[in-house]
Amino acid sequence: MAHSTDSVFINLGPVHPSTHGVFRMRAHIDGEVITDIEPVFGYLHRGIEKLAEGKSYRQVIPLTDRLDYVASMNNNLAYCMAVEKLAGIEVPERAVYIRVIMAELQRIISHLLGIGSFFNDMGTFFTPFFYMFIQKEKITDLLEMVSGQRLLFNYMRFGGVSHDLPDPFLPALSQFLREMPAEIDKYERLLKENEIVLARSRNVGVLSREMAINSSISGPVLRASGVNWDIRKADPYSCYDRFDFDVPTGSNGDCYDRYRVRIEELRQSLRILEQAVSKLPKGKVINPVPLRFKPPVGEAYSHIEGNKGELGFYIVSDGSDKPYRMHVRAPSLLNLSALREMLIGWKLADAIIIFGSIDICLGEVDR
Amino acid sequence: MTIKLSREIINHSLHEHVSSTDYSFESEAVVTDSASLVKICEVLKSAPGIELDYLSSVTAVDYPDYFEVVYLFYSIKHNHSLTLKVRCPDKQQPDIPSITPLYNGANYQEREIYDLFGISFVSHPKLRRIFLWEGYPGHPLRKDYGIGS
Amino acid sequence: MEVRIEPCYPEIDAHESRVIEDLKSSSTQPIAEPSGWLDEEINRNILVTTVDKLLNWGRKTSLWTETSFTACCTFEFISTSSSRFDIARFGMEVLRSSPRHSDLIVTAGTLTWKMAPQIKRVYDQMAEPKWVIAMGACGISGGIFADSYSVVPGYNRILPVDVYIPGCPPRPEALLAGIEKLRKKIEQSSISNKS
Repeated sequence: MAHSTDSVFINLGPVHPSTHGVFRMRAHIDGEVITDIEPVFGYLHRGIEKLAEGKSYRQVIPLTDRLDYVASMNNNLAYCMAVEKLAGIEVPERAVYIRVIMAELQRIISHLLGIGSFFNDMGTFFTPFFYMFIQKEKITDLLEMVSGQRLLFNYMRFGGVSHDLPDPFLPALSQFLREMPAEIDKYERLLKENEIVLARSRNVGVLSREMAINSSISGPVLRASGVNWDIRKADPYSCYDRFDFDVPTGSNGDCYDRYRVRIEELRQSLRILEQAVSKLPKGKVINPVPLRFKPPVGEAYSHIEGNKGELGFYIVSDGSDKPYRMHVRAPSLLNLSALREMLIGWKLADAIIIFGSIDICLGEVDR
Repeated sequence: MTIKLSREIINHSLHEHVSSTDYSFESEAVVTDSASLVKICEVLKSAPGIELDYLSSVTAVDYPDYFEVVYLFYSIKHNHSLTLKVRCPDKQQPDIPSITPLYNGANYQEREIYDLFGISFVSHPKLRRIFLWEGYPGHPLRKDYGIGS
Repeated sequence: MEVRIEPCYPEIDAHESRVIEDLKSSSTQPIAEPSGWLDEEINRNILVTTVDKLLNWGRKTSLWTETSFTACCTFEFISTSSSRFDIARFGMEVLRSSPRHSDLIVTAGTLTWKMAPQIKRVYDQMAEPKWVIAMGACGISGGIFADSYSVVPGYNRILPVDVYIPGCPPRPEALLAGIEKLRKKIEQSSISNKS
């Protein structure tokens, strides 16, 4: 007897434990297989780009903190770099190195959370997540030392950073750098060759190289599809051209590769941190800029390799003390461009894993 | 270093396909109108030695006299970049051809511009609001919208 | 050029828009703090003393939180619930994805008008007794985003809030202090008169 199933329309989110925030998908499923999907955005659209037009340049820094709130230092960095490019502000050497240290610490936090929640979606209910949170809290302590905040740091300024590193920072960072490699090995030992992890993530949600490029995917997701594109190498900013590090890439573009690329990037970040600490120059940390300064008329686009991909700020100045227009090139939104292609044909349970492997932050998707 | 494409190279690859009056240069960007946008994108995407295969971002700016849509392209193969600007002088009913069929990455960004600026993208596969709900009055990122709720 | 057809549901979109607009137009004023969740009738006629203590003890030591988190404060909530700050001391480590299992909404993050009907629906689906903690500046007043065109200026437009915790985001210690306040509030409540 032939079986036939009706196509069912179901709704995931925006209040859903596995959507990493307030993301929503309307899915058509045939049995358990997804036949079509419609992502719905905007549940965290806070109008940051409009609010920025009403604030002075410096008042916008706290707004950028709240874009990708997992890694606010990176947002600060990209925004400050764009304004510095617009106004031609020089950054002291020591501040450049401090910025790199902060950006790499944030990358580690973001990847730890990304990997942890990816395994959460796979069903390892919070166990790997809490292992990773132990290290995340140590980095949070480091960042709290320099900025006084635990999550939204508001640390960078035009022309440098707001304060120099406090005395206990470097010893604590060295201690962290000594113990972290063993921790990463521990995560690997727990999960790398776990049969369930392999069965559920290998060859699942494959994103081809061509599709990834055509869909403007960036960051670890792009590199997992075998594209060697890292802005730290392709268009070096700050002082990344003075460090020795590798760009890990995957070969299949499946969920497992995305997980592996993130783990490898943790190791590379540690390498960069070690070099940055050993080369850290002495000197001042900021070339002060007036509180309400007015950049010349013009426009600037500046981008960094953020934790989730290419994070860029496009700023248009009309010569006043407020930005005429600020646009955020948000990697999280663009990394979802190929979501339909990645999900169609997979079961609903796989869709959760595939979605988790992209690792988005809704504050940045909706802005 | 990602280098900006020089004027000579762009002129050289466009001259067979696009009339030189249809585009101009402004500092480091190419400025064109909506009629020749798709043609220019098609040529620059496939021209040997240029191959701008990666659309980094699409955004729009509301200037007093016109809307400007800004495209930023990279070539992952050659590591160079190009900024392309399209100006839309009709502020009442702005429309621009969509490049989503060429670059899938433009899909959500064009919808975002449609939502927040009210610029229509002709032949976009699904031109609907992306962040705000259907029926929301006005387009917030326009300068005449004002700041605040 | 190939044009791909994407799925589109105008009727659903139109319906959801109406829901948002209705809620937006009916929520212009803050809702007062909740008091009295039983009918007046019972309130006048029943007096209970010792049962209160037992019930309140049970309620305050097993507050299960709904996972309807929206934005940044989520991470401080997760930090609080992980091993270092150990929210399990208060019997709160259980995060429920179903509103029917949960007693408490911690409003961790900015609320937008598009999200508001969903949060209200989650709250309505929770079983009594239920409590709301407004965590962070956005939860209290919209915070840094209060001027935005799409942000609800405070959860108290939508839900009756019991405890407000300032901060952007509040530190885990502040969240724990807020939870402590809520526990005191629950201790003092009575089934004949919640406040």
